[in-house]
Amino acid sequence: MAEMMYWEAIRRAHDEEMSRDPLVICMGEDIGVAGGTYKATQGLYDKYGPERVIDTPISENGYTGVGIGASFVGIRPIIEIMSVNFAWLAMDQIFNSAAKVRYMSGGQLEAPVVIRSPGGTAHQLGAQHSARMEKVFMGVAGLRVVTPSNPRQAYGLLKSAIRCNDPVFINEHELMYNMKGEVPDAEFFHPLEGSEVTRAGRDVTLFGYNISVHWCLSAADILAKQHGIDAEVVDLYSLSPLDRAGIAASVSKTHRALIAEEAEASVGVGAEVMAIINEQCFFELDAAPVRVSAVNVPVPYNHKLEKASIPNTNDVVAAVLKMFGKA
Amino acid sequence: MKLEDKKRVLREMLYARRFEERCYEAYVERKIGGFLHLYPGQEACCHGVLEAARPGYDYVITGYRDHVHAIKCGADPKEVMAELFGKETGSSKGRGGSMHIFDVKHRFMGGYALVGGPFPLAVGMAKGIKLKSTDEISICFLGDAANNQGTFHESLNIAAVWQLPVLFVCENNLYGIGTRIDRSTAVIDQHKRVCGYGFPSVQVDGQDIEAVYEAAKIAVNHVRSGKGPYFLELMTYRYRGHSMSDSNKYRSKDEEAEWTKRDPIYILRDRLIKEKALTLDEYKKMDQTIIDEIENEVIRFCEESPEPKVEDLQKYVLADNDPWVKGGAR
Repeated sequence: MAEMMYWEAIRRAHDEEMSRDPLVICMGEDIGVAGGTYKATQGLYDKYGPERVIDTPISENGYTGVGIGASFVGIRPIIEIMSVNFAWLAMDQIFNSAAKVRYMSGGQLEAPVVIRSPGGTAHQLGAQHSARMEKVFMGVAGLRVVTPSNPRQAYGLLKSAIRCNDPVFINEHELMYNMKGEVPDAEFFHPLEGSEVTRAGRDVTLFGYNISVHWCLSAADILAKQHGIDAEVVDLYSLSPLDRAGIAASVSKTHRALIAEEAEASVGVGAEVMAIINEQCFFELDAAPVRVSAVNVPVPYNHKLEKASIPNTNDVVAAVLKMFGKA
Repeated sequence: MKLEDKKRVLREMLYARRFEERCYEAYVERKIGGFLHLYPGQEACCHGVLEAARPGYDYVITGYRDHVHAIKCGADPKEVMAELFGKETGSSKGRGGSMHIFDVKHRFMGGYALVGGPFPLAVGMAKGIKLKSTDEISICFLGDAANNQGTFHESLNIAAVWQLPVLFVCENNLYGIGTRIDRSTAVIDQHKRVCGYGFPSVQVDGQDIEAVYEAAKIAVNHVRSGKGPYFLELMTYRYRGHSMSDSNKYRSKDEEAEWTKRDPIYILRDRLIKEKALTLDEYKKMDQTIIDEIENEVIRFCEESPEPKVEDLQKYVLADNDPWVKGGAR
């Protein structure tokens, strides 16, 4: 088991799949000669050449549609959109072409593309480079949405996404590319559906995904050490479909639930998980579920305001204590 | 064009005309719902270009005015009409409708309803062809109004930079829904807009199938021989409204009458009659045979076909039992 960074894990998945199958290609802005803004495709241009590691013009809707069209004729494109904020421009092709083509063709045509893109608040990037968009993607039938919280998932989810015949959107995070973690040396494929109990506990379930899993884990440590509360942490690496059974199983065990998300609460992951809890296991609850979410503002530039706009570990701890009547 | 081909294509174009007119009737009878965009007036565009290409082998993609393109690629007219009727036997099993005819086995890669949406998809198919080093080409049929979408510029640029085997066919029928081209578009001659992307573009009379065919032969040869993309602008006119919900108040009767004089079917018919390869009587007989064929075979098939089952509502959303969803075939 080797330790590697999140970006290295993504790069390894690209490299293995591209060396196995000549029809796997990758495309995006600055991913070739420049090696990728987050290094996820570093060195691949030299290894596989410009026809398979493709620097695109800054035309998000155009090149995303080009990748989707290539997938219609047997190519397996991995499309990188440099920031999820730019994916708004490609929504037409992602939603109207990739997600709907299987259905509206009566199963004749499919779009086996992977679209990778980082979202989230990083280092004062301002309103148009810091948004979170997973809520938008997860509301669309015909599209899978996964979001890795560590290098192992980043590697294994991308491997499975490339081979899966559905379009898969992979929501990454700008702050996580340099995160280190263990990735098995042997090739492996992470399931695209389900959830993972990252820390087992009895008293409350903390649901997180991507970066918020880490707030939940550190909050669980604090809760255990300082407050005697034994929290379970569930990693929702699949946002579409959400793991209804996994969510219900954990809440049925702990009887309390909190959802932590970096995005705004409105119409979000937390809202959806709460709805699932209501539908699946309402009578198991000992307390009303709560959300820890971003303030509903465009992400500010100023460092203090930026920090204040998004939640963190302390917010998770505080919300749990309030739930237990200890705040 | 060879005489035999001209006669065959005349029949195909007349079939397309009668097929579309029958769609109109079925819509009025409420057998067809939703939006319905008909092709009469533009037949020489689709038939002229695809006569010069290899329908069923080359990849073809288009917008929502798609029935005739699908049939010319090899789709069974019964299945196309059944799709409009929303039947399980339809090309897209009743899930697509008029604007989303697909026949992938004949490489008709679909009709798409977002104006300009197919441009990048066509370029992507061309990229796939180039990667696989096969000799198909990708053909994208769209209307003039699609050229005001960003995808037009993004796609033409990418096709040119990457030197891809894609033929863009612009059927310039002078109207974007109900807005005349000079009220929406700075340059009426669409082929001129391609100059900024550095590949050949020509304008041709889209009502004369022989003119279309001759221009398309050059275009197809260019694209298939690896010289990169090509743009063909065909000047044409649709005799029906944009869709069935069209008031048709935006154009004059005089203009319609002028274009009716240049009906692509009559141009070819009269030429064949002049060349003594056809008599008016033979033409009328052929016309009646087509009308009967559509009624007795196509419409009957649709009437007798079952609708999709409600239990199957969620079929075709995602792949069935894809092993990678569970992390691979163990």
